[in-house]
Amino acid sequence: MSALSDQLLVVAILSYVAAMVCHAAEYAFGNRSHIGRAAERPARELVAVGYGSSAVKVDEPPVAEVVEGPPRRDRAALAGMAAVAVTALAALVHLGVLVTRGVAAERMPWGNMYEFVLSVTFVGSVAWLVVLSQRPAIRHLGLFVATAMVLLLGVAGMVLYTDVAPLVPALKSTWFVVHVSAAVLSSGIFLLGFVPAAMFLIRSGYDRGKRSFPYSLGRRVPEAAALDRLTFRLHAFAFPIWTFGALIAGPIWAEAAWGRYWGWDPKEVWAFISWIVYAGYLHARATPSVKRTTATWIAVIGWLTMLMNLFGVNIFFTGLHSYGGL
Amino acid sequence: MHPKKTLRFAPRLPGDPAVAVQDPPVTAPGPERVNPVLALLRNSWRQLTSMRTALILLFLLAVAAIPGSVLPQRSVNIDDVNRYFAAHPDLAPVLDRLGMFEVFASIWFSAIYVLLFTSLVGCVVPRLAEHWRAMRTAPPAVPARLDRLPQHATIERPIGGAEEIGAALRKRRWRVAVRGDTVSAEKGYLKESGNLLFHFALLAVLGGVAFGSWYGWHGNRLLVTGPDTAFCNTLQQFDESGLGPRVDAADLPRFCLELTDFKADFLPSGQPSSFRATVRVDDGPPRDFSVNHPLRLDGASVHLLGHGYAPVIRYTDRYGQAQTTVAPFMTLDGMLTSEGVAAFPDANVDPKAGGARDPNAQVAFEGLYMPTAPDQPPYTRSVFPAERSPALMLWAYRGNLGLDAGIPSSVYRLDQRQVANGRLKPVGEAKLLRLGEKMALDDGSTVEFLGTRQYATLSVRADPGEKIALGGAAIGLLGLLLSLTGRRRRVFFRVTTGGSSLVEAGGLPRTDYSGFAEEFKQTIEAVQRAETAGPTHDDGKRANEEGSVKR
Repeated sequence: MSALSDQLLVVAILSYVAAMVCHAAEYAFGNRSHIGRAAERPARELVAVGYGSSAVKVDEPPVAEVVEGPPRRDRAALAGMAAVAVTALAALVHLGVLVTRGVAAERMPWGNMYEFVLSVTFVGSVAWLVVLSQRPAIRHLGLFVATAMVLLLGVAGMVLYTDVAPLVPALKSTWFVVHVSAAVLSSGIFLLGFVPAAMFLIRSGYDRGKRSFPYSLGRRVPEAAALDRLTFRLHAFAFPIWTFGALIAGPIWAEAAWGRYWGWDPKEVWAFISWIVYAGYLHARATPSVKRTTATWIAVIGWLTMLMNLFGVNIFFTGLHSYGGL
Repeated sequence: MHPKKTLRFAPRLPGDPAVAVQDPPVTAPGPERVNPVLALLRNSWRQLTSMRTALILLFLLAVAAIPGSVLPQRSVNIDDVNRYFAAHPDLAPVLDRLGMFEVFASIWFSAIYVLLFTSLVGCVVPRLAEHWRAMRTAPPAVPARLDRLPQHATIERPIGGAEEIGAALRKRRWRVAVRGDTVSAEKGYLKESGNLLFHFALLAVLGGVAFGSWYGWHGNRLLVTGPDTAFCNTLQQFDESGLGPRVDAADLPRFCLELTDFKADFLPSGQPSSFRATVRVDDGPPRDFSVNHPLRLDGASVHLLGHGYAPVIRYTDRYGQAQTTVAPFMTLDGMLTSEGVAAFPDANVDPKAGGARDPNAQVAFEGLYMPTAPDQPPYTRSVFPAERSPALMLWAYRGNLGLDAGIPSSVYRLDQRQVANGRLKPVGEAKLLRLGEKMALDDGSTVEFLGTRQYATLSVRADPGEKIALGGAAIGLLGLLLSLTGRRRRVFFRVTTGGSSLVEAGGLPRTDYSGFAEEFKQTIEAVQRAETAGPTHDDGKRANEEGSVKR
């Protein structure tokens, strides 16, 4: 069962790679036709830039205007649809990795860093598919989601891999399920929230007239306001779960296990830092005098602290949250 | 589904949480001159309680916490701090002066969170007053042009008077004000209530933490199994302890603990699978506790932190006097290879010489204990944590142990200064003793490995503030959920009684709320339904008809 889980991990990574390729294909095909159109009709592009709402339509131009548009667009759209389908398939295989791992270990697959990263990325993947089903227009962001999945799963499989083992006594608690599931769920959604946040920054830079590399990606992504709303929703959804998982359930368990509810263990320090930074984002987002780009940068910093919390703390520091190798 | 940019239409109102934290608009300068000191104070206060300052303070707090994870902290692990001092003799004292080894108790960290909480109080107290007023005042009058609101509808059929509309809205838990032919209704006050609740709950959490640090205490103790090694909860009997500033040593609850049994189970790989400690509290029945299930006593709880082995060693000196010691050894690795010292400072006391210690004939053994010793040399590491083939490697020393010098030293190691200056000399070769084996020293004295006893390291703690902090955190979470999911919105109705009765309705979401259009539609339908079902009205047959809502 454990070997099956490992093989499924390879399949999942390859599926995410395939999704990445499909997304890239959509991006490339679409882009080429855009470049072609831009060369033919520079004036129209300028108009499109001026109005935020029409700029989002760039990837769906009136068919009649562009003679060679339809076949390319179809091909690109086909690649995009394929990418989503492959991502869904990858998520299923990803679930299979977790289930077989859990069956092999006879417990929830959250006992060590490797399993934790697998779970967090799975949450991110599912949350992405859910968001996508609500807003099909953001499909282009899938390239970044798939890339992140490949990278994170690759790191999990190559660096963090740990053999299946039962839980150490310190993890045998009801709070294990409560604390870790809340942490996994909120981390996954926070990590996903970075995608629209980064895209919002790129898009708003693009809307301000920046054309150099990351901003050049801005033409393909949805309207800035929609990205901003999506960013806020994801963070506002994850924040209470994080509050519960890391700052309430965690301390309750810590009190039972270690005798104190809060002791500034490195993981606790970084959970606190993430919480503070995301609280700062929510406040900045709700304050009209703070620019939306500034607020979103805070969310990006929050994402960096989450990465530090997920990987850095276990790799650089030793603390009470070191289990199963890392 | 999603109205485009509802925010653009929504005027920022004073009750809006996003705005309330802003500086109030500067009023035109009055005729009388303001005291400059008062003006400075007032401006500073405004500056401190502004959202910009709060955001900066939040950011500073996050940054200030980082050294607390990068550098070792005294409150977390004092040994790491000492090692850091040894490794960086130049840098460490400088960092220490900056409070870098006690970040979370340092002046600068405290200053940031005290300022942050002051800013928070200065922000939420006026908002509480404002919210209190808003909840007691009626929703505002109907605007003149309802068609300018983000949501607008005209209901062509008469659906009754303003009072009936008001009643229908009240049933749907709107706050309603009926003024003549107009109805104003508002909903979603819970958003701001939740927001305020969350911030006040943070104050409660801070209060709980402070209370706990004043009135809490803890003590750590290594406890070996057996009645002769029982301990009582007094400060002197702890290996390490910390009392809050408001706790006196006499305040500790009285109880005694005897560790009657300690059981550790291991997987074939050596990974532990369970620990269980059995204790007798005072003279009561035996009670079990384990890692995630502490022993809850009245006024304190006992947590199991670790365990290890304490070899039992008997030394028979050259005069035939036998002494037995139980020496807890420090665990070195996951296979429970342990090292420690068995010291016999009263050994080799010549009975004819009046019983005085001979400072140069004291005996001590440095030991390496392996619960499962390898079959072949080198005997340096245990291969399994349970006692399958226990063996004890002993190095004998004779001379002055340096115990009378009054210098604190580790109980797990011999005083290396005494070894270095030659006052404590090694005797013979190291020897591996199996259970019950004996080894003879050059002066005819013998040492015997009798067995081991298990020990557990315990933490005894009390924190009276944790209930307050937990309650605050739970209430805060509730407030947070209300604040993030709540939506403040208003609807207005105007009944035009003229040639043909007409009702005009408008809706205004006061926060970013994409589902408002749907709710507005449902509210209109509900108002119509309530009206048609109402017994006071003459026209009953409308009940089955579809409401005609024009937008």
